[in-house]
Amino acid sequence: MTKSNGAETMKYSQRSIRHAQRNDKIATGVLTAIVAAIFVLLISLIVYIIASGANKAFDLQFLTSKPEQFKEGGGIGPELFNSFYLLVLTLLISLPLSLGAAIFLVEYAPDNEVTHAVKTAIEVLASLPSIVVGLFGFLLFVISFGWGFSILSGALALTIFNIPLLVRVIQQALESVPQSQRDAGLALGLSRWETTVHILLPCAMPAIITGVILSAGRVFGEAAALIYTAGQSAPALDFTNFNLSSYACPWNIWRPAETLAVHIWKINSEGVVPDLAAVSNGSAAVLMICVLLFNLLARWFGRHAERKLMSE
Amino acid sequence: MSENALLETHDVRVRYHDTHDALRNINLTFCPGEVTALIGPSGCGKSTFLRCLNLMNREIPHCHIDGEIDYHGQNINTKKQNLYDVRRNIGMVFQSPNPFRKSIYDNIAFAPRQHGIKDRARLDEIVEQSLRRAALWDEVKDVLNKSAYALSGGQRQRLCIARTLAMNPEVVLMDEPCSALDPISTHAIEETIGAIKAEGICVIIVTHNIEQAARISDKTAFFLLGDCIEWNTTEVIFNNPHDQRTKDYLTGRFG
Ligand SMILES: Nc1ncnc2c1ncn2[C@@H]1O[C@H](COP(=O)(O)OP(=O)(O)OP(=O)(O)O)[C@@H](O)[C@H]1O
Ligand SMILES: [Mg+2]
Repeated sequence: MTKSNGAETMKYSQRSIRHAQRNDKIATGVLTAIVAAIFVLLISLIVYIIASGANKAFDLQFLTSKPEQFKEGGGIGPELFNSFYLLVLTLLISLPLSLGAAIFLVEYAPDNEVTHAVKTAIEVLASLPSIVVGLFGFLLFVISFGWGFSILSGALALTIFNIPLLVRVIQQALESVPQSQRDAGLALGLSRWETTVHILLPCAMPAIITGVILSAGRVFGEAAALIYTAGQSAPALDFTNFNLSSYACPWNIWRPAETLAVHIWKINSEGVVPDLAAVSNGSAAVLMICVLLFNLLARWFGRHAERKLMSE
Repeated sequence: MSENALLETHDVRVRYHDTHDALRNINLTFCPGEVTALIGPSGCGKSTFLRCLNLMNREIPHCHIDGEIDYHGQNINTKKQNLYDVRRNIGMVFQSPNPFRKSIYDNIAFAPRQHGIKDRARLDEIVEQSLRRAALWDEVKDVLNKSAYALSGGQRQRLCIARTLAMNPEVVLMDEPCSALDPISTHAIEETIGAIKAEGICVIIVTHNIEQAARISDKTAFFLLGDCIEWNTTEVIFNNPHDQRTKDYLTGRFG
């Protein structure tokens, strides 16, 4: 009796195992198919964009010369420079601020309603549409402060756009450092600041750097926040000009500066050059390649730093 | 006995979130060169008590400590007390090994360096001495620049002990230091405890391992639901406990 009972259970459990295995196979199959579809879609998009602009994107002449208003053969030299210059300025302003804010929120802020409200506000800001940030920057920096369409206005608008993202990234990186690391530092008689700077930040650094590079990709490709702040015109740049009040001086933060992303938007909406499609495709391909490079760099760096931290 | 007391608690009471008492009326005395084991069922407040002694509970915002904690006869449970001084002298080893994500050398040298020792030779000496005291030197002396995470669990825990000893503490608090370790590593750590006790360091160790408490401690305190039920020499606690609940716990007859 017990024996047959045991056999029964055995058979039953084997059937349920087979059942579970089949379900598992189906689920795996469906999920694989979804991922594959997304992957194919993305890859073909990237390949299409890069392929259609490839002849321009790898042409040094196109990358360095200035755009044309009416003729064909214009380049994107100033736009490319402006994009990088704005990116660097934005990171220079937003990184220290975000770092300070995130450290304060995670390590110092008391766990109360105010802190919760601030954290929520940052999350809301992180999801603010960039055109809203752009219009805000237009009203505040361009009009109220009278800075006009300028690199400074653009960089500050991008800073507003970037800070919530960076704060969140750094916050999450710090929060994911195990509590035991804090305990270890404090129990040795180190101050909270010493513990944060010398123990927690190094632990969080791979995640922070990855996050910064990814945010750099977003900033680099941003157009809406810049249209009404950094402006839509790109004065020709002269790299031998160090007169910081001249429009031709690349480093002048008071000059208008159309970036690559804005350029793509502009030539497609109001461009009249005969080779419009080629210029647009070329610019898009260059933008795509830059953003891809940022992402690859982030991945490589994250993995490298993680490995360096954990062993050696 | 109170004359040579190093650390003494008077009516220590701890509350989390204002509501329930995690600890009530704890009066214990700890002397140099003595090992005290804190035993009791899970959740009875052993870790809480240990974290009071080096004021680590201050880091928990909703945790309130009342009562007096006298260190060298001075109450340290005051707002004015410099936390960093206390923690330098009263070191702590945690349940799960938590070395810094730094090299073995820097794990030990880091805190002394922060506290102002910059001389390389002096630091080398501290590192070697601390590792020797924690019985780890022979295993790691050739790989001091490797990450601490290249070590095994038992080695990591000994590294954490070495890191604590590098501060030259007078008291070492250990919260279940061997609970994740194999018998050989446990044995090594018990040897270390014996050795630092012989140097005159006061060791207070929380353990769930009754045999370990019997093996290494001079005094034992039995905690139950936030009260210290019985505190006496280990000999008395294990052979002739006065309280029935202690007896029940030690014989495993606990509900
Ligand atoms: N950070 C905290 N916040 C709120 N309550 C806490 C906190 N830490 C501990 N407690 C509570 O205090 C009581 C004692 O906890 P404690 O960690 O001191 O027990 P323990 O004796 O160390 O247990 P174990 O043997 O499992 O480690 C428990 O009821 C626990 O829920
Ligand atoms: Mg505990």
